[in-house]
Amino acid sequence: MKIRLHNPRREVETTGPLRASDLCKQLGLNRESVLLIRGDELVTGDALLQEEDVVEVRPVISGG
Amino acid sequence: MKCRRCEEQAVVEVRHAHAAYCPTCFVERCREQVSRAIGEHRMIRSGEKVLVAVSGGKDSLAVWDLLLDLGYPADGVYLGLGIGGYSDRSGDCARAFAERRGATLIEIDLASEVGFTIPQAANTRRMPCSACGLAKRHLLNKTALDHGYDVLVTGHNLDDEVAVLFGNTLQWNMPYLARQRPALPESSGFARRVKPLVRLTERETAAYCVIRRIDYIVEECPMASGNRHLLYKELLNTLEERDPGAKATFLNGFADRVAPLLDDLAAQERDSVGTCSRCGSPTTAEVCAFCRLRDQATRPPRRRKKRRRDRSVHAEESPVTGGESRRP
Ligand code: SF4
Ligand SMILES: [Zn+2]
Ligand SMILES: [Zn+2]
Repeated sequence: MKIRLHNPRREVETTGPLRASDLCKQLGLNRESVLLIRGDELVTGDALLQEEDVVEVRPVISGG
Repeated sequence: MKCRRCEEQAVVEVRHAHAAYCPTCFVERCREQVSRAIGEHRMIRSGEKVLVAVSGGKDSLAVWDLLLDLGYPADGVYLGLGIGGYSDRSGDCARAFAERRGATLIEIDLASEVGFTIPQAANTRRMPCSACGLAKRHLLNKTALDHGYDVLVTGHNLDDEVAVLFGNTLQWNMPYLARQRPALPESSGFARRVKPLVRLTERETAAYCVIRRIDYIVEECPMASGNRHLLYKELLNTLEERDPGAKATFLNGFADRVAPLLDDLAAQERDSVGTCSRCGSPTTAEVCAFCRLRDQATRPPRRRKKRRRDRSVHAEESPVTGGESRRP
């Protein structure tokens, strides 16, 4: 599946199916600091992401 | 995961509340939290003119949206900071939102209004975010007063407040601690300043924008790197992940148990304020911190070094009026 990341903007691939919370672990991200958006819908940590999904990992911490 | 309120499929977890919500119930919860903050701290009274400081980021657009939906006919003010493409894109987000909601947006361009941009202000001895924060506080307050608004709303969320509290506590900065409140009352030269998002985390305000399809600027400000509050936020989220609710406990404990002990200090600070001999803004010095920043930011680069020595003769600015150790 396609994973879209920010700051800097980039795209990485990973293999589904995969739990949303495990994706955060794989990427070494704190779940408090990001939102996961599949297509254009938010998902909770227990969501099962599929191979064909496009998932945006959006940081929520802002400095300004 | 099911919504705590209606059992539909949940889309967002609020771990510190041990709950998850569907989109409809989550939006409802955000409105309740904002209503509660406004009520608890008497932030806005009926019939008052409300101005929201809008940056184009998630927090300011979320608070504007929430206030409009709660029935407050709030206007917005956007400051063009002159930070290249970042400012262009954040201005677009602010304008698009105002248009979508049919709301009034006042625009102030720093370069034409005060003669400098934030990148120029960052060329002084101040850190970029400190110079930016000072300029924003000054201009937002001035705009609110000039246009006759009763209250200035900012998008500070729970994480902002916790990070500032953490920083001020690390330094035991008593005057800064004394004035850290969700609502700062109006006083001579100052509009009332309130933070209705103080009960919502940054993750919640971002989720709110995604659910409400509010297009905000996601990219980080290019001048934010090195900002200490970003580091504090990461540290605090590491703590929060292990111990959900730690951030709110820290902030609420301060508000309930420590802030009341600092009331006298806060009043003392307010009483020591006079007016700037140049612009008439409130200050404890002869010339306010903003006017001094403007001098430094607009000075031709060659002469800057020589004059730097003169600056030490100025009285230091009180935290009531400037130099606050926080991001805006
Ligand atoms: S990150 Fe710093 S420089 Fe950028 S807008 Fe915020 S306060 Fe200003
Ligand atoms: Zn629900
Ligand atoms: Zn001044």
